Amino acid sequence: MVPDGAEQQPDQPVPPSEERPGRVVFDADEIARALTRIGHEILERNRGAHDLVLLGVPSRGVPLAQRIADRIASVEGVEVPVGSLDVTFYRDDLRKHPARGPQHTDIPPGGIDGKTVVLVDDVLYSGRTVRSALDAMNDLGRPDVVRLAVLVDRGHRELPIRADHVGKNLPSARSERVMVRLAETDGFEEVRIAEGTSRVGTAGDAGEGGTQA
Amino acid sequence: MSRLLITGASLQGERTADVLVVDGTIAEIGAGLDASGAEVVDADGLVALPGLVDLHTHLREPGREDAETVLSGSRAAAVGGYTAVLAMANTNPVTDTAEAAERVWSLGQAAGVVDVHPVGSVTKGLAGEELSEIGLMARSKARVRVFSDDGRCVGNARVMRRALEYVKAFGGVISQHSQDTDLAGSTSCCHEGELSGRLGLPGWPGVAEDVIVARDVMLARHTGSRVHVAHVSTAGSVEVVRWAKSQGIAVTAEVTPHHLLLTTDLLAGYDPTFKVNPPLRPAEDVEALRGALADGTIDAVATDHAPHARHDKEHAFVDAAFGMLGLETAVQVVAQVMVESGLMGWADVARVMSTTPAAIAGLDGQGQGLVVGAPANLTLVDPSADVTVDRADSVSLSRNNPYHGRTFGAAVRATFLRGRATVLDGKLV
Amino acid sequence: MRKHLLSVADLSLDDVETLFATAAEMHDVQHREVKKLPALRGRTVINLFFEDSTRTRSSFEIAGKWLSADTINITGKGSSTSKGESLRDTVLTICAMGVDALVMRHSASGAALQVSQWVDAAVINAGDGTHEHPSQALLDAYTLTRFFDARRLGPLEGKHVVIVGDLTHSRVFRSNVGLLTMLGARVTVVAPPTLMPSGVGAWSASAGFATSYDLDEVLPTADAVMMLRVQKERMSGGFFPTGREYTVGYGLTRDRLSLLRDDVPILHPGPMNRGLEIAADAADAATSVVLDQVSSGVAVRMSILYHLLAGEGSEK
Repeated sequence: MVPDGAEQQPDQPVPPSEERPGRVVFDADEIARALTRIGHEILERNRGAHDLVLLGVPSRGVPLAQRIADRIASVEGVEVPVGSLDVTFYRDDLRKHPARGPQHTDIPPGGIDGKTVVLVDDVLYSGRTVRSALDAMNDLGRPDVVRLAVLVDRGHRELPIRADHVGKNLPSARSERVMVRLAETDGFEEVRIAEGTSRVGTAGDAGEGGTQA
Repeated sequence: MSRLLITGASLQGERTADVLVVDGTIAEIGAGLDASGAEVVDADGLVALPGLVDLHTHLREPGREDAETVLSGSRAAAVGGYTAVLAMANTNPVTDTAEAAERVWSLGQAAGVVDVHPVGSVTKGLAGEELSEIGLMARSKARVRVFSDDGRCVGNARVMRRALEYVKAFGGVISQHSQDTDLAGSTSCCHEGELSGRLGLPGWPGVAEDVIVARDVMLARHTGSRVHVAHVSTAGSVEVVRWAKSQGIAVTAEVTPHHLLLTTDLLAGYDPTFKVNPPLRPAEDVEALRGALADGTIDAVATDHAPHARHDKEHAFVDAAFGMLGLETAVQVVAQVMVESGLMGWADVARVMSTTPAAIAGLDGQGQGLVVGAPANLTLVDPSADVTVDRADSVSLSRNNPYHGRTFGAAVRATFLRGRATVLDGKLV
Repeated sequence: MRKHLLSVADLSLDDVETLFATAAEMHDVQHREVKKLPALRGRTVINLFFEDSTRTRSSFEIAGKWLSADTINITGKGSSTSKGESLRDTVLTICAMGVDALVMRHSASGAALQVSQWVDAAVINAGDGTHEHPSQALLDAYTLTRFFDARRLGPLEGKHVVIVGDLTHSRVFRSNVGLLTMLGARVTVVAPPTLMPSGVGAWSASAGFATSYDLDEVLPTADAVMMLRVQKERMSGGFFPTGREYTVGYGLTRDRLSLLRDDVPILHPGPMNRGLEIAADAADAATSVVLDQVSSGVAVRMSILYHLLAGEGSEK
């Protein structure tokens, strides 16, 4: 049902940090600060919170979008609509893996027509997830502007796509994997980098949207 | 003068002896016979049986020569140890005239591999209404004695009664395909029971056979004529036949090898190879059939060899043709279910596969047993073989072999028709 | 999930959960302005219907189109089978065109299974004779699940589902009894003795469902009622004397509605014989989910097509 099992993770015991592979490049405090900064940048860029819609890409983009919305609310006193945008059906690598069930797409009641949509994801890598997200959005409405916010940009783009708001630029090798862990989905917070490419379908051995896209 | 000496054969599994054949006739049976001037066949370890006689074969010629011909079917028969077959009448055209019967008979003569005796149809065109030219077929060169609408049941009791009466004039017999078509229609293709219910296949209930067998034995009693029950498949029919025999009614019955071995659960994969009429039955029926063959209630084993072109089986199950091959594997199946199980000895096999069927069909030169003076129709069977059936190896033109992949413990090594080898070392001569 | 969907027995409990979760997302797509997903772009799905069926065929057709598959309908009435061509030749010819999936309806039980042994394409059984209709059972169970969810009546597991009608000739019954028992529902099937499948006693004992000849006795404990279509030609086959007598014994009449609690969904796979097996009051009752079955049908079939065709290994 949830292909990468992310939402089941809080029920599982969290392994001690020293037993997890690789090294932490971003801890909980740094994640919090980065999201706060992104919230400010979005407001600045948009000159306020009007017509903003935040769409998280499941799994981890969704709690990130919610956190950014919370920060905007605390600064501006405005509740920015938050939704989720699943891109499974729009991926260009569907046929490279066994068919996976989609995750939930939830467009806020006001829709996205004429809005400024900020797509939120955990890691920006090849750019293919973002392309899928743009296609998916195309079938749901016509925003005036689409921007992209990511917690980590690890480089190695395969498409002409860049992020508008970046929590951290993280130089990485293709042979490495970047793992984002969030309290909502994993029970603990960190961004970690380790040797070894991600395994498809394993929880957030990120990539984008949970896979090495 | 041609001389053939078969040495060291176990005669019907009872005693070991040599058999000397001179000019197509068994001339001498005994130990250490003189081999001079004779072709010698070493039969050490083999069982000698009288040449087998099949009461129920479909040779498909004329009409469906792509599925089988008289020649290809004769070869399949020889490979299976047969020296005579009765060719069913449901060809195209139907064998319902003297000319049609003589044609099949001539084709058999020309093939010269086994004796081919045409079965005449009971009714014109197998339509179940008017009698065929039964008398002319009987008087023809083919000397037809067995009549059957096989493939269809003579459903009308009046027609059946008249046919039974009519053949009394020349000692003929009606072989009935027992199927009440009101209870089991043309689409019925799976034994009616839990499996047909689960699979959603039209059911063919055993009672549709039982009621016709019951009716026919009463008609046989009433007419004082002979009725033969083709391919008995149910415990119910067995009970009726047993009762009828106890009453002195002139009824005989045959069972097919497949009904002695295969069960209805094989249909679970909807493989049309296992589609046959009457259908494969549950294990309880199979047990009853084996018991009835062993105790003599069932008189004979007959193959109902029914070759079909591949494309006639490559339809949806209910649309595919009925029938399966049987000639080449009959002895193997009977050896496994009856001999290896201890239900019967080889002498009984000789009785149910040669002597009795020849008597039922009124054949002169067949089924006379392994006795001096009898035509040298012989079959040598290896009772301790280990053979896995491969449908591709068949000499039949068709491949609808339900035993593909099964392993058997017996194999036909040689067949002799009036002293002439038709099969040696398991291969056609 | 296996390559083909031939029988509900091909599905594991996990498969069903996955199919239902995806169907829920597909359901949302059904209500969008742009009812189109690119997931099966470039895939070819042939609806090969040897037997008439408007609703199943159009349901699969819409499902395929909304997933961007190229969907082509071939109906059997004019097909080569009526000209004596073997089924194998017919399907091999069609598949030689380059087909990823065959959605197949045939009047013969087992036909889809046979075809799956001959072709490379994924085969989806859209009804084989009186054997199975797995997508119908999936949409029925999915409809029930949504009905119970929406009313907070708990899961399908443990619910008493009553299936009534011509069981002998019903592939809907056969697929439903298999799937519902797998999902943990308690199933009772009701029919006059002549319309009970042969050997149902042994089957029900081993498969774990109940049988009854008495609808009135069963209805008060029902949590869901599924009425099956009764074909009028069964009367001439002697399965029951008259339609009137059938209705009195086994129809969901206005009187019988009062035996049901007011939160019991009424299902019918359609087309309905109003007045025969189902009264208008039942067909149009607030608890009738007949139309929900149809809309769920598209979502469930989208889910089936997606899971059989979208991923790796589903290349031709």
